[in-house]
Amino acid sequence: MKSVWIIAKREMGSYFSSPVAYVFLVIFLLLTGFFTFTAGQFFERGEASLGAFFGWHPWLYLVLVPAAGMRLWAEERRSGTIELLMTMPITPWQAIAGKFLASWAFLAVALALTFPVVVTVNVLGSPDNGMIVTGYLGSFLLAGAYLAITCLTSAMTRNQVVALILSVVACLFLILVGFNPVTDLMTRWASPALIDTVAAFSVVTHFDGFQKGAIDTRDLLYFMSVIGFALFATNVVLRNR
Amino acid sequence: MINIDSLVKEFGAKRAVDGISFTVERGEVVGFLGPNGSGKSTTMRMITGYYAPSAGKVSVGGHDVVESPLEAKRLIGYLPENAAAYADMTVQGFLAFCAELRGLAGTAKKQAIGRAVERCFLSSVLHQSIDTLSKGYRHRTCLAQALIHDPEVLILDEPTDGLDPNQKHEVRNLIRELGKTKAVVFSTHILEEVDAACTRAIIIDRGRVVAQGTPDELGRPLDEVFRRLTTADTVKR
Repeated sequence: MKSVWIIAKREMGSYFSSPVAYVFLVIFLLLTGFFTFTAGQFFERGEASLGAFFGWHPWLYLVLVPAAGMRLWAEERRSGTIELLMTMPITPWQAIAGKFLASWAFLAVALALTFPVVVTVNVLGSPDNGMIVTGYLGSFLLAGAYLAITCLTSAMTRNQVVALILSVVACLFLILVGFNPVTDLMTRWASPALIDTVAAFSVVTHFDGFQKGAIDTRDLLYFMSVIGFALFATNVVLRNR
Repeated sequence: MINIDSLVKEFGAKRAVDGISFTVERGEVVGFLGPNGSGKSTTMRMITGYYAPSAGKVSVGGHDVVESPLEAKRLIGYLPENAAAYADMTVQGFLAFCAELRGLAGTAKKQAIGRAVERCFLSSVLHQSIDTLSKGYRHRTCLAQALIHDPEVLILDEPTDGLDPNQKHEVRNLIRELGKTKAVVFSTHILEEVDAACTRAIIIDRGRVVAQGTPDELGRPLDEVFRRLTTADTVKR
């Protein structure tokens, strides 16, 4: 546990010692603001809810989360520090967990900085704050799932751009299999049972549950298994370097 | 301290290391010589547990590197080729990070950093970020990292690469002194370093040991011996 913390601490430090963290935070907040108030028509809806805010997260994270995580292993490989890290008396798991958790915590910071929308909606009306809490939990888990996939693609290459593109494609796939326009297309030839099975693999299906104010064990399990599987695969990739 | 038994490493169809065996005891400084691409770095990476061997065994201090990697890695200080270090950290921060991963904390950590900084002459750049350092300083920062936990085994991949003549001299003296109490393996293609620092030299070529012994046993002049035993990559095979 201690080694995980030491690695996470260094990783956190490297976010904030460069402009990356600040640029990321500013862009993230600008985009969430734009999507919520302009594209999401927050005011025109006349609802005391954050549906307009959370609804965009699967798409917003699609680029932003891989951008925050693409560096994790690709940079270690490019600069050769991976050799230093892997010859330290730690297990690969400790390194993987430390890096993942630091990055996830960074995304949590970004998410926490969106608190003004919660304040706004509470000032304007009386929303169901329980639903907002589950919404945030779902959003945090979604970010974790994308991030774990980015860890995997980042471990595969020494080029951050390649890692970024691969993870965007993989995450896009996870959105599209449950995206209504895509599932509607499938109804022409597939049985409803098949469509449901395919859609069950989508992040959107499981993310929506949280937006309705429910914490379903199946949704939790889904996000945990995506994270677990992607990190496990990261370990396999790193071992076969 | 280091026991290597018929070590093999294959990358696809290429055999980078082809059945190397040798042992290094405490109090020995072994110079690892060979032309570029002869398998020096690959062998060192297998000793430090970075690469898993395709066949054969490596043990450090009695611990098999594959079966009990953590115990073996604790005994080793390693300077990788090109002396990689986290560019965004300061020298102080980087050494503290390495010391913590080595299980040092509190006063022990502080003393370890102080000792390594003194040994590698880093006090003037302690608070400088690593990407602003010259090559020699970066190299010494990485060397300090290898020495930080006062390891019993030192694996140094081209420790004098990129240093100026004064620094080279200092590092050789340092290696010779460390070798009195530790098992040291360092690779080089500067033959005068063999005389300056080694108790024994091992010459490898195309993944095999072609000669080993004290510099005197290998014969003189060393560079002629080296040229006779190894294949130049400028010669067509």
